[in-house]
Amino acid sequence: MKPSLPRVAASVVVSKASLQKVFDNMRVSGFSLVGPTVREGAIVLDELTQMSELPVGWSDLQAPGGYRLERTREPQYFAYSCGPQSWKKYLLPARLKLFSVEKENGNWRVQPAQNLVPRYAFIGVRACELSAIAIQDRVFMTGEFRDPHYARRREPIFILAVQCTQSASTCFCVSMKTGPRAAGGFDLALTELPDTFVVEVGSEAGSEMLRDTAWAPATAFDLGRATQACQRAGREMQRQMRTDDLPGLLYNNLEHPRWDEVATRCLSCANCTQVCPTCFCVNVEDHSNLKATAAERTRVWDSCFALDFSHVHGGNIRPTIRSRYRQWLTHKLASWIDQFGVSGCVGCGRCITWCPVGIDLTEEVQAIRDKAIK
Amino acid sequence: MSIAIPTLDRRSMLDPMLPHAAVIQGINPEANGISTFSLEFVDPAEAAAYRFSPGQFNMLYLPGFGEVAISLSSDPGEPQVLGHTIRCAGSVTRALGRLRVGDLVGVRGPYGSAWPLERAQGKNLVLAAGGIGVAPLRPVILSVLRQRDQYGRVLLLYGARMPADLLYHEEIGRWRQGGIEVHITVDLADENWKGQVGVVPQLFYRIRVDPKQTLVMTCGPEIMMRFVIYEALARRIPKESIFISMERNMKCAVGFCGHCQFGPTFICKQGPVLNFAVIEPFFGKEDF
Ligand SMILES: Cc1cc2nc3c(=O)[nH]c(=O)nc-3n(C[C@H](O)[C@H](O)[C@H](O)COP(=O)(O)OP(=O)(O)OC[C@H]3O[C@@H](n4cnc5c(N)ncnc54)[C@H](O)[C@@H]3O)c2cc1C
Ligand code: SF4
Ligand code: SF4
Repeated sequence: MKPSLPRVAASVVVSKASLQKVFDNMRVSGFSLVGPTVREGAIVLDELTQMSELPVGWSDLQAPGGYRLERTREPQYFAYSCGPQSWKKYLLPARLKLFSVEKENGNWRVQPAQNLVPRYAFIGVRACELSAIAIQDRVFMTGEFRDPHYARRREPIFILAVQCTQSASTCFCVSMKTGPRAAGGFDLALTELPDTFVVEVGSEAGSEMLRDTAWAPATAFDLGRATQACQRAGREMQRQMRTDDLPGLLYNNLEHPRWDEVATRCLSCANCTQVCPTCFCVNVEDHSNLKATAAERTRVWDSCFALDFSHVHGGNIRPTIRSRYRQWLTHKLASWIDQFGVSGCVGCGRCITWCPVGIDLTEEVQAIRDKAIK
Repeated sequence: MSIAIPTLDRRSMLDPMLPHAAVIQGINPEANGISTFSLEFVDPAEAAAYRFSPGQFNMLYLPGFGEVAISLSSDPGEPQVLGHTIRCAGSVTRALGRLRVGDLVGVRGPYGSAWPLERAQGKNLVLAAGGIGVAPLRPVILSVLRQRDQYGRVLLLYGARMPADLLYHEEIGRWRQGGIEVHITVDLADENWKGQVGVVPQLFYRIRVDPKQTLVMTCGPEIMMRFVIYEALARRIPKESIFISMERNMKCAVGFCGHCQFGPTFICKQGPVLNFAVIEPFFGKEDF
């Protein structure tokens, strides 16, 4: 008899060691696993095969402009928050060839790039990151035009989410209503308890990955512990941002003196846009061979903090750091809502942690609110 | 004639960033450093399927050089020929300027919003253009000429830096004969110039408008458009009746690259033609 699998929407418990079996099942099913691992003092995303490659026994200490890893007392697998990278590394690669053109017999042959796209299984996606992926889905897949490069990467992914049981000092997902608990949008979601994983099954594919593990239905006691652990992460969150009428607040305060003030601190380094899981701005690069018989086009990440981002013949629209910081913040928190129906910020806190001078958007918004012109 | 809703062929639906080769059928020098290029798709099916509305633009691509947004400046009633009036401004436009008849250019489009010609039916029209800004208004003029009786008075207020910079020179006589009132001004006159000297917004002092029955469409440098709007509002033309065509750096034209944002709008999607009432809070804001 075929061993039974848990139903969709069921919660089960598996031993921690069983996660390796889940990994193996994914690989057998043709997925390339990517997830958190420690490299050079930070938790980054990279290819995984063994659960031992996860940051076992590591936690992160985050603060405005500061990040460092420290050892945990227990050998936990997911006792940290978001690292500098986000899943856009895979869905919106920092560099991607779009097409090439070859000139032959007076005509052109336009060849769409044959980029190899693995079927990814994302391991350890947090609630805020699920929201960030959903936001980029809106940008690239739901408008009048669809980005085939994004869609090809996005559509087949398997998502193993992890429910946060602690928050970094820079997170504010509760304010942005994106976490700490992921309610859906995953195939499996783990909550790590000291002795076990509680696993929510989000899809048939998710259930399938639990084959040959010694799963057991979660008891009310297990579920209670999982819920409490996640609630604690929300309760202990140190940062918040008031979101009521945020678009109106920013639009009405485009000349607020705070923009001048933040411009004296901001280096326009673009770190915040690179680490942000929703920032999607890109540029294109054109290259040709020496004889100019073949050329190609490459898409690369760009940033509204780059001076030539707003270049038009005869000058730049936003020549000052003041105007570029204002563009970034008003896009994230105001115009994004007009454009895509959701805020462009999920409250992951990355831009706060990775800003070299520790600029904190929640503080900037509060400063504008405190002395709003209108 | 009715202007069809813009459609995109299936290939560009699949990958909207792919260029489609078009041949240069003609090059008409307009002024120093400005020429009108007539393009036709190499693929006859693409040529047959292509439609555009006045105010829309294409992305023109030169392999190895790059891609630029250029308005369609030709007659939407003849969509097999794509007219583009190009000013040599920088690297890509200068490379385009070096091309010859028979050379290929990559084209994708049409993109963006159109001038509200349907709303303009039965109304008076003030078209206020500065410099190369007359290019995206030319399809409006050509559409009006095809159905002149559908519109009330149609006025073109057009300015260039110098008489030699005036575009569509030999056509303007035909526009006048077709029933369009043309007022021209230059910033700097030469000895042969007998016309008006000054900036475009000043041409408002030469015309009378019925504010309830008039639509204003303007394209040119932002500073010019700001004063055109000022003059229009001073004549009690409602904000909702004023349309402007905006320009921002643009890398994709399909809403993916983020470059052309102007407040809540993407110039490539909601624009380039925008209703002034919608963008008033942002228009003219310093460095916005
Ligand atoms: C909707 C729209 C319609 C336009 N219609 C016309 C037209 O009909 N005729 C015409 O001559 N020009 C038009 N332009 C302006 C034209 O796109 C720029 O002159 C051109 O991009 C300059 O490119 P370049 O490489 O020659 O200049 P560079 O200064 O070398 O610019 C480098 C790159 O920056 C970007 N860029 C620079 N200036 C602009 C700009 N003004 N707008 C958008 N991107 C820019 C382009 O990607 C360009 O390749 C239009 C622009 C927009 C946005
Ligand atoms: S703006 Fe900052 S906190 Fe918000 S999603 Fe981007 S990186 Fe995270
Ligand atoms: S806010 Fe911070 S991270 Fe962003 S550009 Fe300025 S200095 Fe760099």
